[in-house]
Amino acid sequence: MNWDWEFTLNEVLPRLLKVVPITIEATLLGFTIAASLGLLLAVGRMSKNPWISRPLTEIIEFIRGTPILVQIFFMFFLLPEVGIVLPAFTTGVIALGLHYSTYCSEVYRSGLQSVPKGQWEAAIALNLSPYRTFTGIIIPQAIPPVVPALGNYLIGMFKETPLLSFIAVVELMMEAKLIGSEWFQYREPVTMVGVFFLALSLIAAFGVRRVEHWLNTRRA
Amino acid sequence: MNPRAIFLVFLFSFTAGLVVASFAGFKEFIPGLLRGAVITIELTAMAYLLALVTAFLAGLGKLSKVRPIRWASITYIEIFRGTSALVQLFWIFFVLPEFGLTLTPMQAGVLALGLNVGAYGAEVVRGAIQAVPKGQYEAATALNMSRWEMMRRIILPQAIVAMIPQWGNLFIELLKTTSLVSAITLTDLTFAAYQLNQTAVRTMEIFGLAMIMYYFISQVSRIGAGSLERHLSQGLGRGRA
Repeated sequence: MNWDWEFTLNEVLPRLLKVVPITIEATLLGFTIAASLGLLLAVGRMSKNPWISRPLTEIIEFIRGTPILVQIFFMFFLLPEVGIVLPAFTTGVIALGLHYSTYCSEVYRSGLQSVPKGQWEAAIALNLSPYRTFTGIIIPQAIPPVVPALGNYLIGMFKETPLLSFIAVVELMMEAKLIGSEWFQYREPVTMVGVFFLALSLIAAFGVRRVEHWLNTRRA
Repeated sequence: MNPRAIFLVFLFSFTAGLVVASFAGFKEFIPGLLRGAVITIELTAMAYLLALVTAFLAGLGKLSKVRPIRWASITYIEIFRGTSALVQLFWIFFVLPEFGLTLTPMQAGVLALGLNVGAYGAEVVRGAIQAVPKGQYEAATALNMSRWEMMRRIILPQAIVAMIPQWGNLFIELLKTTSLVSAITLTDLTFAAYQLNQTAVRTMEIFGLAMIMYYFISQVSRIGAGSLERHLSQGLGRGRA
């Protein structure tokens, strides 16, 4: 019944610390996918061609409206069936990135829509191509205000990485389950995973707030 | 009807027909998935009620002038927002028994998900209360209302209408999070799909259907939240007419 400090310090902590990089790696890789794909989705959704914008809107809504765990399972089981064999880690990261790209695309969209209309008109007046308009004029103005919102999704995604344990990726949660089943003691490992996540997400939240502050002072 | 709309309808029915024809076997999976969906809906409904209660308690508690209440609320909110829902679920199901509290999977699921969403909801409640214009507070004070009376008759009726869209979003978030209960042996929609797929290995149909069911529930709740908002905002002189 008592908390076993010896077990915590000698067994649980070292083993959990060893897999922290995997959790962080999954978060960063997944977020790279989410942030870049999200921007593409947001720009595509603004397209004047309904054959591009309509289906994209529906796809985004559908991905946002269904659980990420189901999507992870879907990809994990479907990809091998169609002949694409990837490690579980890669599949999981792609699924996380895909799911969060739809959230990011909403964030980008609000940023893109907040760019004053005159900027678009000026770009047209200067006869810039759509590509130059986006990369040179619109996106540099649209991204900085939405960085804090993106940062919050980064933290959100970090907290979703335990879902990868469902497809047997050995990240923090899976390692805790393994320790628990080896020693028949779940209390220490699972509690420590909670402490790890709390600590890391508080640090990350602090970091996002700093970036937000920095962006605000820079613009002012 | 313009020609383009007709063309679109044709195209849609053609694709739908093609899908049905190629996956004609999907009907046999529907009963099993529906049984899972019932568990998912039950779980969502109960956890949502718990989340509403805890969100209002913690949201109001965070605004309280009494320091211990405020700190307790902040601690609860930060712990449940700062850790993963899956970790919380696991902790409540596997670790709480060691402290002498054994829960059935359903109870553990409702408790973990309700407390998790309640922590996010608390911030919604707090934000909505703080967004009520200051003049309303001043007017209530000028009318010599007590703090409780002011909350009940002036502030909350306005704050509640303002928070409905966010509560609608939280409902969908909760619905999606219920999929995690697969980890504690509860046969919800996700786990039902998982089990069916273990024997049938028809990922496309089984998980596709499961996603469509989730999507259907979330769309229904979105429409519900929209009409509730329109209904309640009548007479407040704000929001959409």
